[in-house]
Amino acid sequence: MQRPLTQNIRPNQPPLSLAEYEKAGGYQALRKVLSSMTPQQVTTAVLEANLRGRGGAGFPTGRKWSFVPMGDDAPRLKYLVINADEMEPATFKDRVLLEGDPHQLIEGIIIGAYAIQAPVAYIFLRTTYTEAFRRIDKAIAEAQAQGYLGHNILGSPFSVELHLHASAGRYICGEETALLNALEGKRANPRAKPPFPPVIGLWGKPTVANNVETICNVPHIINHGAAWFRGLSRVADGGTKIYGVSGKVKRPGAWELPLGVTIRELLEEHAGGLRPGLALRAILPGGASTDLLTADHLDVVMDFNGVAAAGSRLGTGTMVVVDDKTCIVGLVANLMRFFAQESCGWCTPCREGLPWLAKILTAIEQGQGAPEDIAILKEHTRLLGPGRTYCALAPGAMEPLQSALKYFEEDFQRHIREKRCPWRS
Amino acid sequence: MLSPTEKEEIVAAMAHYDLKKAAGIDALRIVQRHRGWVSDDTLRDVAAALAMDPAELDSVATFYNLIFRQPVGRHVILICDSVSCWVMGYENLLEHLQRRLGIGMGQTTRDGRFTLLPHVCLGACDKAPAMMIDDELYGCLDAEKIDAILESYK
Repeated sequence: MQRPLTQNIRPNQPPLSLAEYEKAGGYQALRKVLSSMTPQQVTTAVLEANLRGRGGAGFPTGRKWSFVPMGDDAPRLKYLVINADEMEPATFKDRVLLEGDPHQLIEGIIIGAYAIQAPVAYIFLRTTYTEAFRRIDKAIAEAQAQGYLGHNILGSPFSVELHLHASAGRYICGEETALLNALEGKRANPRAKPPFPPVIGLWGKPTVANNVETICNVPHIINHGAAWFRGLSRVADGGTKIYGVSGKVKRPGAWELPLGVTIRELLEEHAGGLRPGLALRAILPGGASTDLLTADHLDVVMDFNGVAAAGSRLGTGTMVVVDDKTCIVGLVANLMRFFAQESCGWCTPCREGLPWLAKILTAIEQGQGAPEDIAILKEHTRLLGPGRTYCALAPGAMEPLQSALKYFEEDFQRHIREKRCPWRS
Repeated sequence: MLSPTEKEEIVAAMAHYDLKKAAGIDALRIVQRHRGWVSDDTLRDVAAALAMDPAELDSVATFYNLIFRQPVGRHVILICDSVSCWVMGYENLLEHLQRRLGIGMGQTTRDGRFTLLPHVCLGACDKAPAMMIDDELYGCLDAEKIDAILESYK
C-alpha cells in the first residue's frame, strides 16, 4: 500500500532536513513544474487527480484554483493561504503532516502559489501547535537559503515569499473568510459570500485558502500523475486520506489509508476495537460538526459521498468512538458548550441560540430538564440550520444534536424522566 | 514603553503584511511573550506603534482566547475540555488539578506559579486527556502523571 503523504515520517524522530528531503526525491516536483509546466497545466493536473479539499468541506481543489483570475489583466497581487488552524474538536491529522514533513508542505505551497501565480503565501497556524511552528520555521529558513523560496526560484521567473503566521486561538479562524480577517489583523468574523475569496479575498485580492493535507498532496500528483493519484483511492475521489480514531479504543491513532476505507476497518483493524468490557454506541465520524452515526453504520465507506449517503459528513476524517458507558447527552452538551464559546458573536442566531442550547443540554444532563425541552432542541436544529446564519459554525453545531435526537431520543427522555444522568453512578 | 527588542520584533512582523495594523496580533503576541500579559498601558503603546486606535486593537485583543488582558502566573496550564478528552475523563483530571493547585478555572495560584485555563481541542486526541503548560504538550494524563509534571515547573 502506498502512503505518499507519510512516507518520510518516522515516528518519534525529527522531520527530514532539507538535504534529507531532497535525497528522498523532494523538490523534484517543484523542479518539474518550474522547468516544464504552465500554471494552467498544474491546475489541470490537480483537477484531473480528483483531489477534494481535506479541511472538511471537500471542495475540488483544482476547481477552486481555476476561479482565480489569470493572465495579464489579473491583479498582480494574489495570495495562497494555508489553513493550518486545526481546531475542529477530535481532529489531529494536520498535526501529523505539519510536524512530520514540513518540506513536503512547503513544496506543495510553492507549486500551489505557482499555479495561481501568487507572489505571497501564508501558513495560518494555530498557536498551540508550538512544535509544528518550530519545525516549519526552520524548514522555511532552509528552503529560503537553498533558493526554493524568494526571488526567481531555481532561476525561473517565478518568485514567492512565504510567511508563517501564528494565530492567537479561536476556532472560527478555521472558516476561510474569518481566517482572512484574522490575517488582516482583525476580529475573525466571517465575511458574506459571495464574493468568494478566489476572486476577492485577502485585502481584496484573489486568494485561495487550502487545507494542510490538501496542499501536501500536490507534489505527489505532479510527480506521479493524475491517474496514479486516482488509483491510490478506492473511490472516485483521488488520493489517500489521513484518518484518525480517538475515544475508548485499544489503539487510538492516525493512519494514512486509501480514501474509502470503511468505518469497520478503521475501528477494528487499525484502532484495535473498543477496550475490553465496552460496546459501541455511536460514532462522530469527522469532527465535532458532523452527524453521529451508530453501530448500524459500520460498513459505511469513509469518503465524501459514502458518509453523506449515511446522513453525515466525512468532515476531517477523524472519528470519535462513543462507547456504551459514555452518556450521549453529556457528549452533545460538551460539543454545544464548545460551539457556544467559539461563536464569534457576529450574527444573532448563533450568538444567542448556541448558549441557550448549551444551557438546556447541560440542564438535561444534570437531571434538571423539562419535558418541553426536547421540542425546543428540535426547533433549534431548524432555526440554526443551513441558510440562517452567516457561516457554517451554527449549522455544524446542529449536526451532532439533530442526529443524537434522531438515534438516541430515549436517552434524553430518560434524563428528564429520572431527573438524573443514568450514566453517572 | 515598548523595549527596543519589542519594537524591533514588531517592525519585523509588519514586513510580513501589506498594512501595518495587520501585524496587530503578532505584536500582541510579541509583548505578551516578553511580559506575560498585555496591560492597558502596553496595549496603548502597541497601538501607537501600529498607528492604530487603542480601542480597535483592544477589540482584536479581547477576541482571541490566548491574548491575556489580565496578569497570569509564571506558567499557564491549558487543559483541553473538548470532546475526545471529555470522553476520556478529563473532568476527573480537572477536579484533581483544581484541588491540587487550590484554584478554580481562570485563577492563578497564590505563589504566582500557575494559571489554569480551559482550552479547546489541542489536537492530541489520540493521547487524550491532554494539556499544555506554556509551550509543552502533555498527553495520556492521569492524576499521578499530572503531579509529576507540575513538580517540574517552578
